[in-house]
Amino acid sequence: MGWESWLISTFARALAYGTPLLLGTLGEIYAERSGVLNLGIEGMMIMGAYAAFVVTSKTGQPWLGVIVAAAVGGVFSLIHAFASITLKANQVVSGLALTMLGLGLAGVLGRSWVGLPLFTPLTRATVPGLSAIPIIGPGFFTRQCLLAYIAMLLVPIMWYILFHTRIGVTIRAVGEDPATADSLGVNVARVRYLCVVVGGIFAGIAGAYLSIYYRPAWTAGMTGGIGWIVIALTIFAFWNPVYGLVGSYFFAALYFLAYRMQMWVAPSILKAMPYVFAILILIFVSRGTLQKRMGAPAALTLPYTRGEE
Amino acid sequence: MLKVLTPKWLKIERRPVPSGGVIFLVSIIAIVAALLVAAIFFAAYGVSPISAYRSIIGGALGNWSGISETLRRMIPLLLCGIGLTIAFRALFWNIGADGQLLLGAVAATGVALFSGLPGPLLLPAMFFAGFSAGALWGVIPAVLKVKLGINDVITTLMMNYIALYVVLWLIHGPWRGPSMRGYAYTDMFPPAARIPVIGQSHVHWPTLVLGIVLAVIMYIFLNRTRGGFEIRVVGENPHAARFSGISELKTIAIVMVLSGGLAGLAGVGEVAGVHYQLLDPTQISMGYGYTAIIVAWLARKNPLAVIITSFFFGVLMAGGDVIKVNLGLPFQLIHVFNGLIMFFLIGSELFMNYKISIRRQ
Repeated sequence: MGWESWLISTFARALAYGTPLLLGTLGEIYAERSGVLNLGIEGMMIMGAYAAFVVTSKTGQPWLGVIVAAAVGGVFSLIHAFASITLKANQVVSGLALTMLGLGLAGVLGRSWVGLPLFTPLTRATVPGLSAIPIIGPGFFTRQCLLAYIAMLLVPIMWYILFHTRIGVTIRAVGEDPATADSLGVNVARVRYLCVVVGGIFAGIAGAYLSIYYRPAWTAGMTGGIGWIVIALTIFAFWNPVYGLVGSYFFAALYFLAYRMQMWVAPSILKAMPYVFAILILIFVSRGTLQKRMGAPAALTLPYTRGEE
Repeated sequence: MLKVLTPKWLKIERRPVPSGGVIFLVSIIAIVAALLVAAIFFAAYGVSPISAYRSIIGGALGNWSGISETLRRMIPLLLCGIGLTIAFRALFWNIGADGQLLLGAVAATGVALFSGLPGPLLLPAMFFAGFSAGALWGVIPAVLKVKLGINDVITTLMMNYIALYVVLWLIHGPWRGPSMRGYAYTDMFPPAARIPVIGQSHVHWPTLVLGIVLAVIMYIFLNRTRGGFEIRVVGENPHAARFSGISELKTIAIVMVLSGGLAGLAGVGEVAGVHYQLLDPTQISMGYGYTAIIVAWLARKNPLAVIITSFFFGVLMAGGDVIKVNLGLPFQLIHVFNGLIMFFLIGSELFMNYKISIRRQ
């Protein structure tokens, strides 16, 4: 195989596996930028995957499945929002609880759906024009899921909103210095609720991608830790959607390249690779002096009560 | 937000330090509330919640076989739970007890099958190796956090997955037992490498006794010694810790050696007291390391209270098995239980830290 086709297949797999990572990361970036760490990604993702699979199976409409998955992810995230924003509960524990609850609920509800085939998965599409670019075209823009292109398009939009609009300034202010934002008349709790729900919606869509496109079937543990990798990628991305895209595709490419070594390395070791990479990537990022300049939102994980610093 | 959601006739004040009685009462109410919500799921499955809870209690505590299953599950929850109380006191988010447990199981298996040690030395060596392996698995995220500022939740979690695949690799590859006819297990441990059990049950009582003794020792360590004091300072006020010359690296490393080591001991107990071989990771652990997070949180980071909370979750796990078999309910219900209990627990903390009363006109 020549290096060209090697590159093309690496790009194509990076996009295919990187898309759920990217969707999850985009949502988590918004939640964390507003000051709420949501470790419940895995739980919201599996609920989205379940909902999308059931709706698509019953109606034959995969896009309806995506919409319902988004709604389910958003509603499910409200539990974390209520616990961590209104009740000021510990965000780490609340997020973990959300993941446990999601994995449990989806497992209980989905028991009768295990092993059933899906006849109408999301279809593939080729982008006219862009697909003609050498290497990039066949790699990124040929016969991929429409959701992958949508996720890609969302990156500049989410970046622009976060850094160049009033809404974005408000979100970041709430995550950096909620007391000042509050004194300027911003409803801190409302902004945080909205951002957590955005995170839930994105995680739900990522779940839908997994269950009605990537592996069009339902199994109880099908998110397989992707939600946790999203948390790592959010840090890697310095809470910036553009780096989120770079990180997701880069990570997915590494994953694919590791898989290409299965002739030499035991499959169990290969399956451990994403988790090893996630740690290595965080080590790599931490070495940069960048971290001081573009670190975590200052009020991340801190609940806000007016007049209580 | 509190103001927005609070009607005028309610008064919310911060409680200085909640008393033991308040903590106990609020925790009980939270659990009851979680079980009430869980009742909806039973009803949705067409099972009367009352008969479901009756068969959970009856199945877990009604006869010796139930009690022995409860105790068997209590042992790893106790050991992991004690370790997590230590980590949580230092505000180190050790979500990795499951992986530390598995590494402990791996080390114990290595000693049991391949060390060639004489019989009487085997079990002590296995416990030592298990503690060390768990400690090593735990101390890596500790160093990464203190030295490089890498998020502890992520590293401990990722290392759970890595540990899981290490076990899978071993049982499918180099350690696959020649006498197991191609199945993915190691060979059985020699009799000298097995922890004694009560009768025909899986209750490896020496590990249980060890757990209870360690709970007392860790309680004394945390509350009555300088080391324990330093751990609390690092957790509650890192600035003060820095000013008073407490080494964060040393403290967090000690915390995670203990936390990971205790989880490693739990792993030794599982392979040397229950299975007598290394086998599929989901059979070794059954999520003990994750459930232990709730065990430790419910115990309000107090190692002595872990004795009670680990017993409670032992009942839930053993009872969960019973309703799975008797009532045909999916085993994932137990995760739903765990998630709900955790939410109600952290939600209830508002009522512990704030006093809510009716305002007089």
